[in-house]
Amino acid sequence: MIRINCPYCGERDHSEFSYGGDATINYPSLDASEKEWTEAIFFRKNIKGYQFETWHHSNGCRMWLVVERSTVTHEIKSVKPCHPNLQKVVENNK
Amino acid sequence: MKTRRLDNYGKINRDKILSFSWDKKNYKGFEGDTLASALLANKIGIVGRSFKYHRPRGIFSSGVEESGALVTIGSKDRRDPNVRATTQELYNGLEASGQNAFPNVNFDLAGINNYLGRFFAAGFYYKTFMGIPPLEWGKGTAIWMFFEKFIRKAAGMGSASGLPDPDTYEHAHDFCDLIVVGSGPAGVAAAIEAAEKKLDVILVEQDSLIGGNQLAENDFDNSQIKNQLENLGIKIMTRTTAFGLYDNCVVGLLERVTDHISAPNVKIPRQRFWTIRSKHIIVGAGAIERHIAFNNNDIPGVMTVNASKHYLNRYGVLTGKRIVIATNNDSVYETAHQLSEAGANVTVLDSRTNFEIETNKSFEIRKGYVPYNINGSKKINSLDISKSETINKSETINCDQVLLSGGWSPAVHLLSHRGVKPKWDYNNACFLPSDTKENITMVGSSRGLWNKNDCIASGIAGTTDALNRLGISKTNYFFPKPGGWKNSIQPLYEVKYKKTRSKSFVDYQHDVTTDDVRLAHREGFISVEHLKRYTTLGMANDQGKMGNIIGLSLMAELLNKEIPEVGTTVFRPPYTPVSIGALSGRNVGKHFRPLRVTPMHQWNIDHGAKMIEVGLYQRPWYYPKENETLSDSYIREASTVRKTVGICDVTSLGKIAIQGPDSTEFLNRIYSNGFSKLQVGKARYGIMLRDDGIVMDDGTSWRLAENEYFMTTSTGEAAKVMSWLEELLQTRWTDLNVNVTSVSEQWAGVSVAGPKSREVLNNCVDDSLVITNNNLPFMGVTSTFLKGNIPCRIARISFSGELAFEVYVKSDFANTMMDLLWKNAKKYNGCLYGLEALGALRIEKGHVTAAELDGRVTIDDAGLSRMASTKKSYIGSAMRKRGVLKNNDREILVGFFPANLKETFNAGTIVCEKNNIKGQGIGRITSVTFSPELGHWIGLGFVKGGLDKWKDTNLVGADPVRNKQMNLKVVSPHMIDPKGERMYA
Repeated sequence: MIRINCPYCGERDHSEFSYGGDATINYPSLDASEKEWTEAIFFRKNIKGYQFETWHHSNGCRMWLVVERSTVTHEIKSVKPCHPNLQKVVENNK
Repeated sequence: MKTRRLDNYGKINRDKILSFSWDKKNYKGFEGDTLASALLANKIGIVGRSFKYHRPRGIFSSGVEESGALVTIGSKDRRDPNVRATTQELYNGLEASGQNAFPNVNFDLAGINNYLGRFFAAGFYYKTFMGIPPLEWGKGTAIWMFFEKFIRKAAGMGSASGLPDPDTYEHAHDFCDLIVVGSGPAGVAAAIEAAEKKLDVILVEQDSLIGGNQLAENDFDNSQIKNQLENLGIKIMTRTTAFGLYDNCVVGLLERVTDHISAPNVKIPRQRFWTIRSKHIIVGAGAIERHIAFNNNDIPGVMTVNASKHYLNRYGVLTGKRIVIATNNDSVYETAHQLSEAGANVTVLDSRTNFEIETNKSFEIRKGYVPYNINGSKKINSLDISKSETINKSETINCDQVLLSGGWSPAVHLLSHRGVKPKWDYNNACFLPSDTKENITMVGSSRGLWNKNDCIASGIAGTTDALNRLGISKTNYFFPKPGGWKNSIQPLYEVKYKKTRSKSFVDYQHDVTTDDVRLAHREGFISVEHLKRYTTLGMANDQGKMGNIIGLSLMAELLNKEIPEVGTTVFRPPYTPVSIGALSGRNVGKHFRPLRVTPMHQWNIDHGAKMIEVGLYQRPWYYPKENETLSDSYIREASTVRKTVGICDVTSLGKIAIQGPDSTEFLNRIYSNGFSKLQVGKARYGIMLRDDGIVMDDGTSWRLAENEYFMTTSTGEAAKVMSWLEELLQTRWTDLNVNVTSVSEQWAGVSVAGPKSREVLNNCVDDSLVITNNNLPFMGVTSTFLKGNIPCRIARISFSGELAFEVYVKSDFANTMMDLLWKNAKKYNGCLYGLEALGALRIEKGHVTAAELDGRVTIDDAGLSRMASTKKSYIGSAMRKRGVLKNNDREILVGFFPANLKETFNAGTIVCEKNNIKGQGIGRITSVTFSPELGHWIGLGFVKGGLDKWKDTNLVGADPVRNKQMNLKVVSPHMIDPKGERMYA
C-alpha cells in the first residue's frame, strides 16, 4: 500500500487517489501540429527509479498532485500540488 | 498407530471433553486440542491422500507448514477444504473428513496411481496430452481439454462447497507505532521493550496462545507474560496471521474470529481482514524445521522432531512407541530426552560423526548414521539405516515412528514480500534475512538464532533499531550472531536410494520427489523459477515451507553449484491462505459496489417503476401497467411521449457547475464545437474529445450568467469528465480563472417530453410566460419557479426528438416536483417513462449514447462532423484526423432496418456483406429497439463506408451467439423527423 502525503489532507492510502500519468509532459498548445501532439501523448519514457507523476486525490480534496515516486521501491520523495498557486499556498502554510 | 495420550503431560483442559467426527465416525478430544492432536490421540494415522499418487499421508508437523494433514472441515455450505488439521482448533461438534480419496483415505481406489508413478513424473500432462501429432496441428490442445477434467478430478485437494458462503467477513483498520509479528521470546521481548519506551504496540500471533515455540516446552506457562503485555497496554491479537507486508509498513492481517467455536454468534464475522498502518515492523516469525529426503519418507508416522515435542508437551500425546530420530543438528536432543522420559524407546541417528552432546543416556545415539528407507505403506514397520559416509542399507531398526530434523529454515517470508532477498548462511545451512532500508527488523529465530537468550536479546535490539529509525533514540545495539548450537550443523538434504524408482519426497504436498527435480534438470528447467513451475515444487498452500531448501540443494548439486548461486524463489503474500470471503469482506451481494439512487427513487418505485442498474445508479427501466411485459410497457411509454407527454427521471446525468471569468474560454477549449458565442440563457449540445482525438463524452452546457455555466454529462462518464476538467485546470491551463464543482447530487432532473409538454409545464410553473416559444425557444434556458415557490432551472432540450424540457430542482424538492408534474401530465393522458422507452426514442432519432461512443469512435465516425469546429483549436483537434482516423473505410454511424420488417435483431450483431459472412465483418449493430412510430425493429450501428456506400445494397446481420441471421437495410440514423420540426415546435 503506497501512502501519499496529500498537502491538504495529510497522509492517506493510495486507494484514495487515482493515478494520472507522467507529470513532466509539456502539452503543446492546442493549435500545435499532429507531430507535436503525437510526441506528447504517445511517447513515454519507462523510468527505472524516481519519476514525477500526477495523482488525483479523487476520494479526498480532489487536488491534482505531482508525486516524485521511485518505480523500483515505491518510495515517495515529494508531493506537491500541480497548480502553482496551490503550491504557493502550501509553501506559505509550512 | 502407536500414538497415545499421556495423563501427566500437556496443557489441554481435560475437564472439558469435546466430541468431533472424522470421516463420519465420532471421537473425543479435549479443549485445547487441535484437530491434529485429537486425531493422533485417537490413533488415527492416515489423514489424507497425496496429490498425484494418492499415497496415504499422516500428520507431518504441528503448525502452518503442514503439507500432509489437509482436511475438509464442516459440511454443506460451510464446507471448508484444505484446512491444516495442525492449526484447526478442536471444538464440540467439529466435522472433519479426509480428501482426495475414494471411498476414504484408508482405502483409496486411486492408490493405484502409486504404482503408475513413472507416468506421473513432473510435467507428465504436458508431455502426455499436449501436442500429440497430428492433434497439435490445427486443433491444438483438444485432447488435453478432453482429459483435463479427469486429471483434475484425480489430482488435487478438497473441493469447495459450490454454495454461497453463509458467513460474514469484515474489513478492519488500525494504526500503531510498532507491530510485532510473532509472540515467541523475541517478539515478546521486543513488544515489552517498545511499550516501555511509550510506543503504541500491536502484537500479532497466529496461534490461539502466545508463546511461539515455547508452547512445546513442558514447563512453559504464558499467563505471566500475557499479564505483563496487557498491563503495558499492548494490543494482543491471537489467532491472527500477518499474511503480507506491503509498502509504507502496511501489514495485512487475517484474524480468525470464530473458526474455533462450535456455534458462533451469527452476528460476529467469521474472519476479519485487517489493514494495519504502522511506522515500524518487527518480525519474529520463528523458524521451520525441515525434513530429509529419503525413500518412502512420507509414510504415515513420519514427523518433524519439533512437532512431536509439541504434541507431547502441549497436547499430552506421545506420537510413537519405538521412535527413531534422524538429524544433522543439535536441536533434537532435548526432545529425544523428553520422549524417552515419557516412555518411548528412542534412537537418534545423527549424520555427524564427530560431535559432543550431553545426555542422560536414556536413549541410544547412532553417530554417523542416516535414514535410508522406510518399510511399510500405511504405517511404518521398520527403518533401514545407512552409514552417512557411504550410503547403502546397513541395518534395519524396528520402529513405528521416524522423526526428522534436517535443519531449520528461518521464516523470512514476510521480508521476502518486500523484495528483500535472503542470504545463504553456510554455518547454519539456511537462508537468513538480509538488511533492508525499510522500517522492518527481523528478530529471534527468523534471523537464525537458535537459543532463547539470544532471541530475547535480539528482540530488545530490534526495538532499539526501531526507535533509532523512528528518530526517537540514538542508542547503540547489536544483534547476537546467528546460530547457537554447540556443534555445527552438517548439511543433509537427501539420502540417495540405490535402487531405481525411489519415492523420496522433497515436497509432500504436491508429490514432488527427488527424481522429479533431477528430471527437471535433465530437461533443462534449471532456473529455480522454472524448477518450481515444472515440478510444482513449493506451490500450493504450504508454499514450500518445508521442502523448498531440499529442492534447491538438489538442483545445486546437479549444477555443481552452491545453494546461493542457484538462488531462491521469491515468497509472495499470503504467508498462509486467506479465504476469498475475507478478501471481499462486506462487499458482497448488493453491497458488492456502492448503490446510487436518485432523490425520487422511492417516488419512482411507488409509481410502479421497475429499476435497472446504470453504472452505480438505479434508474427507472419501465413502468408496467397491470400485466404488461417490458416490451408492452416501453412501446406504450414511447408512443405516449410521441403522442402526448411523458416524464422521465434523468437525475443520474453528471452535473458540473462551471464558474469564473474564463469559463467561456475553458468550454471553448474542451468542446469540439464553438462555445464563444453562446448567449446567456441558452444551452448548447457539445462533444468532448480526448487528447488523442477520440470522442470522450457528450452533453450540454447551459449559460446561466456571463461567467456561470451548468454542464451535464452522460451518466457513465460523469466522474471521468469531472476529473478531466480538474486535471486540465490544475495541470495544463493553470492561468485560466475557472472553478468546477460537481453538483450531481444537488440537483434532481426530469425530462418532460412530448407535444403536450409545454401545456403540462404551463400548469406547473409560477409564471407560464417564461416558457412560451418566444421566451424559451429551442435550447433556451431559464431560472424560474415551480408552483409552491420552488426554484428551478428549465432548459428546452430534447433527447427524444419531441418538444421537450429538462427541469431541475434542488434534490430536496424532487418528490414535490414529481407530484406536480405527474398530476398535470395525467390530465393529458401522459405517462412516466423509463430507460427502455428513452432508448427507443433516441434510437429513432439517431442520437448516440455510450453504446455508440465506446472509446473507439471519432466525431466523424459518429456522423457528427458538423460538431467539429474549423474556426478554433480544441482538445483533440490536432489528433482527430491522424493516420488511421482519416482512413476512408472507417465504420460510420448508420441506422439499420431488417430487410424483412417482420424480423428482429439484437445489439452485438455483426454486419457482413452477402457471401462474405466471417470474422468481424464490415460493421456492427450497437443499439436496437422496436420503433412504435415505424412499427418495426430498428437499430443503430456502424458500417464501413457509411450510408452512402450501402443505401442501395442489402447487408447481412450475423449473430452467431444467438444463432440468428437476417438481411439488413442500411438507412440514415435519423429515422424519425430528420429535420427536427417537432422539437422546434
